[in-house]
Amino acid sequence: MDWIRIIENTFRAFAGVDAAYFALAAIGLNVQFGYTGLLNFGQAAFMACGAYGLGLTSQYFDISFWWGIPIAMALVIILALLVGIPTLRLRADYLAIVTIAAAELVRLVVRSVKFKRIFGGSDGINTFSNEFRALNPFQPSAQYGIWPFRYNGYTMFTLLVGWSLVAVVSVLVWLLIRSPWGRVVKAIREDEDAVRSLGKNIYSYKMQSLIIGGFCGMLSGMVFALDRGSVQPDNYSRDVTFYILTALVLGGLARVMGSIVGPMMFWGLYVFSDNFLRQLVQSAPLRIGGVTIIQSTQVGAVNYMLVGLGLIILMSKRPQGVFGNRNEMALDGR
Amino acid sequence: MVDSKQVSEVATQARNAFAEIRPEPGVAKADPILHVVGVQRHFGGITAVNVDHLDVQRGSITALIGPNGAGKTTLFNVLTGFDPPDAGEWQFDGVEMNRVSAHKMATQGMVRTFQLTKSLTKLSVIENMKLGATDQIGEHWWNALVPARWNAQESLIEQRADELLTRFTIGHMRNEYAGTLSGGQRKLLEMARALMTQPRLVMLDEPMAGVNPALKQSLNEHIRGLRDEGMTVLFIEHDMDMVHDISDWVVVMSEGQIIAEGTPSQISENASVIEAYLGAHQGNTMYEETH
Repeated sequence: MDWIRIIENTFRAFAGVDAAYFALAAIGLNVQFGYTGLLNFGQAAFMACGAYGLGLTSQYFDISFWWGIPIAMALVIILALLVGIPTLRLRADYLAIVTIAAAELVRLVVRSVKFKRIFGGSDGINTFSNEFRALNPFQPSAQYGIWPFRYNGYTMFTLLVGWSLVAVVSVLVWLLIRSPWGRVVKAIREDEDAVRSLGKNIYSYKMQSLIIGGFCGMLSGMVFALDRGSVQPDNYSRDVTFYILTALVLGGLARVMGSIVGPMMFWGLYVFSDNFLRQLVQSAPLRIGGVTIIQSTQVGAVNYMLVGLGLIILMSKRPQGVFGNRNEMALDGR
Repeated sequence: MVDSKQVSEVATQARNAFAEIRPEPGVAKADPILHVVGVQRHFGGITAVNVDHLDVQRGSITALIGPNGAGKTTLFNVLTGFDPPDAGEWQFDGVEMNRVSAHKMATQGMVRTFQLTKSLTKLSVIENMKLGATDQIGEHWWNALVPARWNAQESLIEQRADELLTRFTIGHMRNEYAGTLSGGQRKLLEMARALMTQPRLVMLDEPMAGVNPALKQSLNEHIRGLRDEGMTVLFIEHDMDMVHDISDWVVVMSEGQIIAEGTPSQISENASVIEAYLGAHQGNTMYEETH
């Protein structure tokens, strides 16, 4: 077994592009769910707004890719208003129901044959990232970094952009949360009526939180699309939202560091287990006695089981996540 | 603690304001801060609230009493914008309040507390207090990102919050999570937090529920203190000793309607009030008896 290879891949995933775009989306979910208590099960749709905002510039408008940013922001605001206006006056579970449905609707619309000219259908859009690639200061094919963090020039560039965005966005969120604005949203998470009785327009605060979290999701979708150089509708399905939510809870809700380190751990764990299993069954299926335990075609599925098991163990031993505060959590049960 | 028999000057004035008022349900007051006309709230076929007329005298402590299910809390919810009425209108300090949303009422000087205390358990006591201050610059997201814009106002608010906490004897808990407070301390915190909005009318929903006798005395003093500072207090209470002790005027509700009003001593001799609590005569509804 090639342990060097496994460790190398694990560390690279730990700081990789996947962790960076998960972190951006998780920071957004943390604002919405961790601090404000809004159960957004449709973060994938906000990511799609970012990705398709970029994609539309080449596919439909044929303009500079920089226009993708205002287009994506407009899409995020429209989506947030559409799901927020009918549900934010109601209990938290209604937002959850509507966002999960809205995210699926977004995915089905962008992959539909009817709108193929605008969104590229199930083929997606692959032509928008040339301007971004032209900005790359690194040699695309050369290797950069120190072992085990070695990446090619193009990945290095998206990593730089991705993690810089993570840094900027987390500082902004940290500033927001420690301000009186943050106090109001944290209070809304606890008891809406109490906050309303003290003269705060909670509907407006919930909408602001939904949009701010949506912008983070948008940036996440952009980083993901730029890294792949393509926008694919099925990359924005339900499971993405739930993996990000898992990564967030793993790191610890309502902690800025939690939403960054959670995704890193999630991907580290995932890639370690995947690589380990592949090496294990590389030459022959694993057999105990006469029974086949696992063979190479089953690695993908078994990996998800092991990651799930790992998360269950972690959550039962440390329910507040890595950075969470157990005392604060205990106050729930009055 | 002030001797409860010793009556302040403001209290004497407040009591005198009621000297000329006849003890009748829905009677008009000389200077009402809250003026309610024809408010109705139905839940399906049940009429929870049906108040023809109610005035709350400015600068007084008015108690709202009545048996369970009389509609007291529903009336509170309607008047504070938490529950939309099916009919009626009301004015607070001359301003029409029907269809004004709950959060705007608080900023206009009408604040309420809740029967089941709503401490924000995962926020510290001082954060709970600071939340109550209205017109905070830093509560707008565009200002929130620049601490220099709201720091000065924040420290003024914190100072005011600390003064109130000290006055309500929970200053030593300021940095603890509100979830670690006892039931009585939470009542104190909720009342202090409501005062952070700088209200003119304070509406307390059962301030004494679940509070031990020693703390009741000090809560009484706090409520008297509010009136002596010029605020108007309207409170719902079941503890008749407390009602007798601190209220200037008592309004009695039963089955959604106001069946009696008067000074505490007038109310304790009122036959229809005793019936409302102990049961009406057979065959006659309360409404027929009192009209």
